[in-house]
Amino acid sequence: MENLRLHRFSVVLAFCTLILVVAGGLVTSNDAGLSVPDWPLSYGKLMPKMEGGIFYEHGHRMVATTVGFLTIILAVWLWRGERRAWLRWLGVAALGAVVAQGVLGGLTVLFLLPKPVSIAHACLAELFFSTTAAIALFTSAGWRKGPLPVDDAGTPGLRLLAVAAAAVTLAQVALGAAARHQALNIIPHVCGALAVTGMVLWVTLRVLVGHPRHAPLRRAALFLLSLACFQVFLGIAAYMSRVATADAPQPMPVMVGFTVAHVAVGALTMAASVLLAIQVFRHVRRPARELAVGGVTVTS
Amino acid sequence: MKRFWIACGALSVLLLAGCGGGKEESAKKEEAAPAPAAAPIDEANAATVTGKVSFEGTAPKMATIDMSANPACAREHSTAQKSEEVVVNGNGTLRYVFVWVKQGVPDRQWPAGAPVELDQKGCMYAPHVIGVMTGQNIEIKNNDPTNHNIHPLPRINQEWNQSQPPKGEALIKSFPREEVMIPVKCNVHPWMRSYIGVVSHPFFAVTGEDGTFTIKGLPPGNYTIEAWHEKYGTQDLPVTVAPKESKTVDFSFKG
Repeated sequence: MENLRLHRFSVVLAFCTLILVVAGGLVTSNDAGLSVPDWPLSYGKLMPKMEGGIFYEHGHRMVATTVGFLTIILAVWLWRGERRAWLRWLGVAALGAVVAQGVLGGLTVLFLLPKPVSIAHACLAELFFSTTAAIALFTSAGWRKGPLPVDDAGTPGLRLLAVAAAAVTLAQVALGAAARHQALNIIPHVCGALAVTGMVLWVTLRVLVGHPRHAPLRRAALFLLSLACFQVFLGIAAYMSRVATADAPQPMPVMVGFTVAHVAVGALTMAASVLLAIQVFRHVRRPARELAVGGVTVTS
Repeated sequence: MKRFWIACGALSVLLLAGCGGGKEESAKKEEAAPAPAAAPIDEANAATVTGKVSFEGTAPKMATIDMSANPACAREHSTAQKSEEVVVNGNGTLRYVFVWVKQGVPDRQWPAGAPVELDQKGCMYAPHVIGVMTGQNIEIKNNDPTNHNIHPLPRINQEWNQSQPPKGEALIKSFPREEVMIPVKCNVHPWMRSYIGVVSHPFFAVTGEDGTFTIKGLPPGNYTIEAWHEKYGTQDLPVTVAPKESKTVDFSFKG
C-alpha cells in the first residue's frame, strides 16, 4: 500500500512537471520571459497582479514552486521509505536538479535571458521531467514484478541503440532550445529531427521485429514512435504558424498553441526515449560475446 | 580532491559574477571619453536641411492589436488600436521615420537638449519613435492603470529591464553611446514596441503627421543624411550646405 502511494505520488509529480514544461513554453512563446524584471520576488511581491505577460511568467514561477515542494517530499519519502539505495539517490539527484533549474530560471531573469543559460534551463527541464518519469516507472508495480529477460542477437546491440536514441533526442532538445532562443537557426534542429526520427524508427523496428510479444518493450517502443511522429507534425505546424504570423504585432494564439504543444510533446518524447532505454537495459540480456569479453556476470 | 571542488566552486561564482558585466564596463569607458570641446558654435552661419519622406505604393493594412490579455489596456481606447509599424499619412508621406546626419558632423561636444518624453498610454508607446543625443535624458512615464516593464534591446549600449507601476514615478534614463536604432519593448504587453535613435549630436528629427522633417543649426559642410524606417530599412543621401543655406532632401520608401 505504501509502495502504491509512493508510485502515485511520483506520477503526480511527473504530471505536474509536464504542466511546468507547458507553463515555461507559454512564457517563451508569449515573449513574457522578462515581464517580471525581479527574482525571486515578482514586482517586489509574492503575488503580483496577474495581467498580461506577468500571468505567464509569475504563473510559471508558481507551478515551479509547487513542483519544487513536491520534489522535496518525494526525495524525503524515497530516502526514508525506499529500500533500493540507487533509487534513494535518484530522488536526491532529482531534488538537486530542481534546485539547479530554479537557479537557472532566476539567472535568465537577472541577466536578461543569456542564451547559454536559457538553453541550459530548457534542457534541464526535460531531463528533470525524464527523471520524474523514470522514478514513476521504478516505483510501479510492473517494475517490482521483475524483468522478463530476452536475448538480443542483433548488431548493433539493442542496448546501444536505445541509449543512442535517447542521446540523439537530448541533443535534439538542445538544438530546439538553441533555435528557440535564437542562438542557432532552424536548420540544425530540422536535421536533428531527421536523426531522431531515424533512430526512433530503427530502435522501434528492432524491438517490434525481435521481441514482438514482450509487452513492456513493445509498449515503450510504440509509445516513443507515436510521440516522435506526432512531434514531427507539431514541429512543422509550429514553424509554419510562426512564418505565417511573423508580421503580427504580438504572439498569435495559433503560433503559441502549436509551439507549446511542440515543447510539451518534445519533453514527452525525451522521457519516452529514456524509459525505453531503461526497459531495454532491464529486459534485454547483454549479448553472449560481450559477456565473454567483459567477463561480467549478469543477474536479473 | 576537496581543494579541487573548492576551486571549482570559486571559479563558478567568479564566472557568474562576471556574467553581463562586460557591456556595462565598456559603456562606462565610453562615457569617460567625451568628444573634444571646440570653439563656440557659429549659429549665425548655421544651415538648415528640410525634407519629406514619401511613401510609394499601396499602404499596407496594419494588424489590429488584441489587448484582451489585459482589459485595463483595452478600456483606455474607444476603438481598436492598429500596429504603428507602418503609418502612411493622408498626404502620402511616411510617419515615424528617424532622419539624422550620419556622416560629416564635426567631432565636438554638442549641447544636449531638455529631457525627451516617452510615455506609456493606453498600453502604447507615445511617441512610437524618438531621437535623443548620447547622454540626453529620456523621461519615461507610465500613464496607464497597469504595470509595464521597459526593456530596451540595444546592440551597443547596455541592455536593461525595469518595471514601472501604474501611474508610477517617471524613470530617467540615458544611453552613453551612439546607436541607431534601439528597439524598446514591454514584455507585459508584447504588442508594445518603440524605437530610440541615439546620436552624438543634435542633428536629427522624426517625421510626424505631415511626413516632413527639419534639421536646424548645421555647420556648413558636406553631410550624409540617413532616413531609417523600422520596416523599410535605411536610405542615405548626400547634401552640401553653405553658410545660412537651406537645402531640401526628400526621401521615398517603396511599400
